[in-house]
Amino acid sequence: MAIVLDLLVQIGQMVLVLALAPLFTGYVRKVKAHLLRREGPPLVQPYREMLRLLRKDVVLAHTASWVFRVAPYLIFATTWVAASLIPTFATGLIFSYAADVIAIVALLGSARFMLALAGLDVGTSFGGIGSSREMLIASLAEPAMLMVVFTLSLLAGSTQLSSIAASMQGPDVGLRFSLALALIGLIMVAIAENARIPVDNPATHLELTMVHEAMILEYSGRHLALIEAAASLKLLLYVSVIVCVFFPWGIAVSGQGLVAFVGGVGVYVVKLAAGGFVLAVFETAIAKMRVFRVPDFLGAALMLGFLGALLLFVTMAR
Amino acid sequence: MDPLALDVAHLFAGGLVLVSFMLLYQDRMTGLVNNFALHALVVSLSVAWQAHIQHAPHLYITAAIALVVKAIVIPLALHRIIVQLGIHRTIETVVGVGQTMLAGIGLVALSIMVMLPITAKAGTLTQQDLAFALSVLLLGLLMMISRRNAVSQVIGFMSIENGLILAATGAKGMPLVVEISVAFSILIALIVIGVFLFRIRERFDTVDIHALHQYRGEQP
Repeated sequence: MAIVLDLLVQIGQMVLVLALAPLFTGYVRKVKAHLLRREGPPLVQPYREMLRLLRKDVVLAHTASWVFRVAPYLIFATTWVAASLIPTFATGLIFSYAADVIAIVALLGSARFMLALAGLDVGTSFGGIGSSREMLIASLAEPAMLMVVFTLSLLAGSTQLSSIAASMQGPDVGLRFSLALALIGLIMVAIAENARIPVDNPATHLELTMVHEAMILEYSGRHLALIEAAASLKLLLYVSVIVCVFFPWGIAVSGQGLVAFVGGVGVYVVKLAAGGFVLAVFETAIAKMRVFRVPDFLGAALMLGFLGALLLFVTMAR
Repeated sequence: MDPLALDVAHLFAGGLVLVSFMLLYQDRMTGLVNNFALHALVVSLSVAWQAHIQHAPHLYITAAIALVVKAIVIPLALHRIIVQLGIHRTIETVVGVGQTMLAGIGLVALSIMVMLPITAKAGTLTQQDLAFALSVLLLGLLMMISRRNAVSQVIGFMSIENGLILAATGAKGMPLVVEISVAFSILIALIVIGVFLFRIRERFDTVDIHALHQYRGEQP
């Protein structure tokens, strides 16, 4: 019976992230529109867009191969699995033994690989540019992410997100400079990976420097809906990781009962709202950088990750 | 010692290393000078905090000197020099920010690997101060060899001196007389360097030190 309950909670989390992801994207758009003194689309607009896309037919290019057709399902599946492994409202769920940060990075990496392949598959030059730029960004963002992960795991003594979150709540963390560096590095990686503003512009199709939108230009119908869903899941995933690792207060622990879970969901939603607001303010305040500046930006994130791990050795030598 | 106090000391000393990296990264002249002021501010905060936790009141004077001289007087003077040289809008062509950063990471790793074993018997504070001070020093040297503009080289030089102050603080302080005379010699160095900058500009119409290399007959 207990196992069934645990499974139900885990399934609840999977449904929760899937349901919240488009809402979160809509919320960020809404806040951005308000900051520009515009009305903005309603919060449920991303759901409506997805429903509309699901109802439409798929238009395939003549040159598209099976890779092009399979990719959206794989991208969506890997991203969803990764997002549902993150301890969002509760730690120690039944699948949390698999919630290894390195595994999550690998899942995201395979989603990105499929996306880049799909961008190349049709053979348009625009998709190719998008893929090559995505790989350029990934080749710097992934090591930076891994360095941040190493810093966190050195501190927590584990690469599992649940134990990291638990040890961050513990009393012996203290004031760690490395954690601040890791946080900044992770935010930079999240911005680059989710194609947010200083790196890429998520709101336009008409910019020559765009990366993410260039790859998915040939997609339509349900394929496009799946890719959009995966993109919003990925944004939610990064915000959830940041929230769960660096601000783990109020998260429920498995076995505390239903009330704790409901409270955990409430706290999680509040944290997401705060994170989305900060993201929107940041995106409104900053200008997009040239695509050739992106390596410098991500190099700085990599440097912060390295520095965080290195500085940790000095304190651990006590 | 209270772990939180040590953590705050670590925060300031680590912040100094981070600001050193920001100095390496920054390519605008005015931004560079402001960054240097931040560097000096962090070093004076670090020294003041260590004065507090080591109960060494003379270190407060060191912190005050660092604050007044290096966070206020020298940046203001550098701003004036930059405006007078007409390079305040210049964006310096830094060769390979990425490679410089990687080299910097290597230097920090090196100094930690060197300093931790040989200071193993000293206290935690001394250990971490010396490791970070060596990193700041090496990063300053790296900045001096990777920049072409004479003003940025001056800033690299001054940031080395900040690293020395941190080292001296960790090693239970140097005598106050030495500290004051070092501060004054830094000021005098600034004046001499300022005069030199204008002389270089008069002679070569630029403060790019590659012009000097050619003048000495080296390969360009």
